[in-house]
Amino acid sequence: MPQAAPDSITPATDSQSGLSPIIRAEQIQKYYAQPSQNRIQVISPTNLSIVPGEILALLGPSGSGKSTMLRMLSGLSKPSAGQVYWHEKPIAEAEINVSIVFQSFALFPWLTVLENVEAPLQARGVDPETRRARSLKMLDTVGLDGFQAAFPKELSGGMRQRVGFARALVVEPEVLFMDEPFSALDVLTAENLRSELLELWANKTMPTKAVFIVTHNIEEAVLLADRIIVLGRNPGHIRTDFKVQLAHPRDRKSEPFTNLVDYIYKVLTRPEVVPAAPDQTTGKPVRDQRQMHYQMLPHARPGGVAGLLELLLDKGGKDDIYRLADDLAFEIDDLLPIVDAAQILGFLKIEEGDAAITDTGTAYANSEILHQKELFRAAATENVLLLRQIRRALETKSDHSVPEEFFLDMLDEQFSADESQRQVETAVTWGRYAELFDFDASRRRFILPEITGETEEVEAVNEAKED
Amino acid sequence: MKLSSPLQHPPQHYFARSLVTARSWPFVIDIGIGACLLALFFAIVHMGSYWMATPMPVIPISHSVRALPIYAFYSVVRIGIAYLLSLVFAITYGYIAAYNPRVEAWMIGLLDILQSIPVLSFLPPVVLAMVALVPGHQLGIELGVILLIFTGQVWNLAFSFYSSLKSIPKEMLEASRIYRYSPWQRFWQLEMPNATIGLVWNSIVSVAGGWFALIACEMFTMGSRNFQLPGLGSYLQTATASGDVKALIAGIAVVILIVVATDQLFWRPLIAWSDKFKFEQVESADRVTSPILHLIQQSNLTAIPLKVWTSAHLPNIDELIYRRFARTRACRIVQPVDEDQPIRKNSVALWTIAFIAVGLVAWGASQAVIMLRGVTWLDVRLLLMGAGATFLRVNASLLISALWTIPVGVAIGFNPRLARIVQPVAQVLASVPATAFFPILLIGLVKIGGGLGIGSVALMLLGTQWYVLFNVIAGAMSIPSDLKEAASLYKFTRYQRWTTLILPGIFPYLITGMVTASGGAWNASVFAEYSHLQDRTLETIGLGAQIQEATDSGRFPMLLLATILISVIVVSMNRLVWRRLYRLAETKYKLLA
Repeated sequence: MPQAAPDSITPATDSQSGLSPIIRAEQIQKYYAQPSQNRIQVISPTNLSIVPGEILALLGPSGSGKSTMLRMLSGLSKPSAGQVYWHEKPIAEAEINVSIVFQSFALFPWLTVLENVEAPLQARGVDPETRRARSLKMLDTVGLDGFQAAFPKELSGGMRQRVGFARALVVEPEVLFMDEPFSALDVLTAENLRSELLELWANKTMPTKAVFIVTHNIEEAVLLADRIIVLGRNPGHIRTDFKVQLAHPRDRKSEPFTNLVDYIYKVLTRPEVVPAAPDQTTGKPVRDQRQMHYQMLPHARPGGVAGLLELLLDKGGKDDIYRLADDLAFEIDDLLPIVDAAQILGFLKIEEGDAAITDTGTAYANSEILHQKELFRAAATENVLLLRQIRRALETKSDHSVPEEFFLDMLDEQFSADESQRQVETAVTWGRYAELFDFDASRRRFILPEITGETEEVEAVNEAKED
Repeated sequence: MKLSSPLQHPPQHYFARSLVTARSWPFVIDIGIGACLLALFFAIVHMGSYWMATPMPVIPISHSVRALPIYAFYSVVRIGIAYLLSLVFAITYGYIAAYNPRVEAWMIGLLDILQSIPVLSFLPPVVLAMVALVPGHQLGIELGVILLIFTGQVWNLAFSFYSSLKSIPKEMLEASRIYRYSPWQRFWQLEMPNATIGLVWNSIVSVAGGWFALIACEMFTMGSRNFQLPGLGSYLQTATASGDVKALIAGIAVVILIVVATDQLFWRPLIAWSDKFKFEQVESADRVTSPILHLIQQSNLTAIPLKVWTSAHLPNIDELIYRRFARTRACRIVQPVDEDQPIRKNSVALWTIAFIAVGLVAWGASQAVIMLRGVTWLDVRLLLMGAGATFLRVNASLLISALWTIPVGVAIGFNPRLARIVQPVAQVLASVPATAFFPILLIGLVKIGGGLGIGSVALMLLGTQWYVLFNVIAGAMSIPSDLKEAASLYKFTRYQRWTTLILPGIFPYLITGMVTASGGAWNASVFAEYSHLQDRTLETIGLGAQIQEATDSGRFPMLLLATILISVIVVSMNRLVWRRLYRLAETKYKLLA
């Protein structure tokens, strides 16, 4: 790691802990086969262990396969290759005892609170009296005493997630998985639930031996976790894996805490250096997405980019990304795409976790709307291959219209079907803003807007650049 | 067991009995329900003795109004049994299709085709098979008619159940896997509840379709054989044939009465009850209420025995099933969501089944083709002409219903108070089988001297326009008031209002209504283009008339070819026109919430 890690962390290795892992993943990976012999690698071969006694947080930007990783470790999803072991037995054959707390709560709306909590016990054949007694006790533990006859839709989001916790804990899971459990809640409710969770964990009120939480909120990870794993994307892989040794309760304002958050931001925004090793287990060619010609467009809106640049300009043209996120009350999933977009367009440079505005960025932030569009158009045609290709294809075709599928087919070689669709959507947003082209949503075709003087201006700007 | 309050948990038998002393409902209800149970007992005995009697293909139909109650009873029982069969079939079919990727596309494609075949085309094979299957009893003929009604009800139910299975939210599915639900628990706690609302609404449409088929199918001629079963359909048909207007009106009144009663006593309580299966974040303010449901939930006689009975038997059986499943190996490990049943490659049994299936299909198809040899080129030309004529008629009736329902529906929809009254009425009208009104229209047509060529369009309209009206009203009601306010604020001209606000706003609803109406019109063509009145046969050129005629005269090759033609037209219309319009409605004209 080129950055100096704060003192509060030590790199984690599994041999260090000495405890035998509850869940151990060995070289697990996930890919989707494409018809064209290519395959889309979602997660590259990864080793990971969940050991007793720790809260393990999995952090990463969107598209890094956090949720997929959780589902593979919990046995909900089968790895494309590699094996997950539960107490050293293949997970598909073991009687595992885990629970998941879902982002959307996943409560059954037609069952009462009590019936929702009872359902997993019913699945295990527990008799009605015991079932009811255990569920009521668990509802009491999570602070829902008296709500057992209510239906989920009568409860607030926070209370619904409490039901989710009660349902997860009532089976006394050995490992509690949580998939962004607080991200659908408002800030205060989330904070409240987090501290209650920590309390349950610290007091050993729950028999759970390990907690695995997926999150995109860096502060949440630092607040809760004993160990943090940061994932990178394209394809998903472990960037860093370290232990957090801050004592509980952790103070968000303390220096070790902010240092740690800052460090994670640096890891997340650091340009990639180590390319993923090619997969050698099968003969099929695996394409490394970073070496392919389409860059992955971050799903950010041009308005967001402009807003970020203006904020940065106000701060003297350079600021720490963590502080920017804090000022905006943004989580990384909200901020990173915007930073990425600004970087791709050449409006911004990232160095050591600091974002610095470039000359074109300054010009962009300072212009009025029409000129802004021109600058964006120039930057986009110069830097974004997909936009350039769409524009060129439209200009060459005699009817100035190209179906969406044409580009989807090309993108499919490189991205999963969903991602290709998102790439096109982002390209449409950017292209429309830049007035490079328009999109007819009912016919699913790209079209060229009326050719006016403006477009020639773009060409002129481009030529000037190329000179 | 869900009826018991979870707040208190004394032993269950004690709980149930304690309710008896705490009763607070009128005594009349108890008596009423007791009487209902008695009547039910009598009905079952009566039906049983009728069915087990020796077969009588032609049972004389009385014209007396006094015979109506018993005819109504027979018809209702037929529809009820056919509906239950449809429900069971739909759930089984949908379940198999949704969980077996290998056959999924085939099964859904088959459903699409079966849906397009008019009920009458099923008549000869179904009735002949049933009569042969249950020889010596009235039951055979009855089963044939019930199965015909079944074919008029089942397809959309199966579609509905299949698509609800497919639309279960991913995280709910994952929750059921990670908590190791058995298939049994998944069915009752996830799949069925998720499908309930769709099933209830589709049941309403289905039963309406059942009535439509029943009125046409209780009495029919097939080659040299006549069939006539006691029921409302036969009553209406004989009344028409003899021109007895008084009897006819009485019969129609009974049909309407039954439809309205079903709506009030059955569907409305079900809709109100199914409200709890909605996926909603907050409880919505305007809910369908049903005094009947309230009454049932209050009633002593249903609640107490049900509770005593369930506490005595059901929980034990239920618990036993759960415990049994919990012990199985499959329920002790977490099943991955992305892995379907382990694919047994080259399993001998599978290959054998596939082989036999292919063989059977090939044999059947070749037999059908051989049968088609009986059709001459002249017949083919006639059929094609008929298809063209019916195509024009169906679309004319759609156009006419759109033309009058759009202005009327929008006017009603923009007036919330009026809409609240008219919408349920339109819904009931859509459920009244158009076949019941055909005779009256026919008599009218003959009186003014019109032919069936134009008259059949009117007959089709009778059945189809209500769906369109009903949907247009719903569409007009869904246009947000701020859009309407914006339109009046910016002083839109009348033309602008219609083209930029109203028509785009109702478009998705209009399409939904038209798709349903188009299917209905094709089905109605079979009855609309050919009819017996007094001792005359009215007919006009058309595919529907040809199907009827072929059934009447027992010309099965013609029937087969006409059926193939009609389903090719309907399926390709759906694929080429309606599906595209539907997609357009989904993408461009969808009002975002």
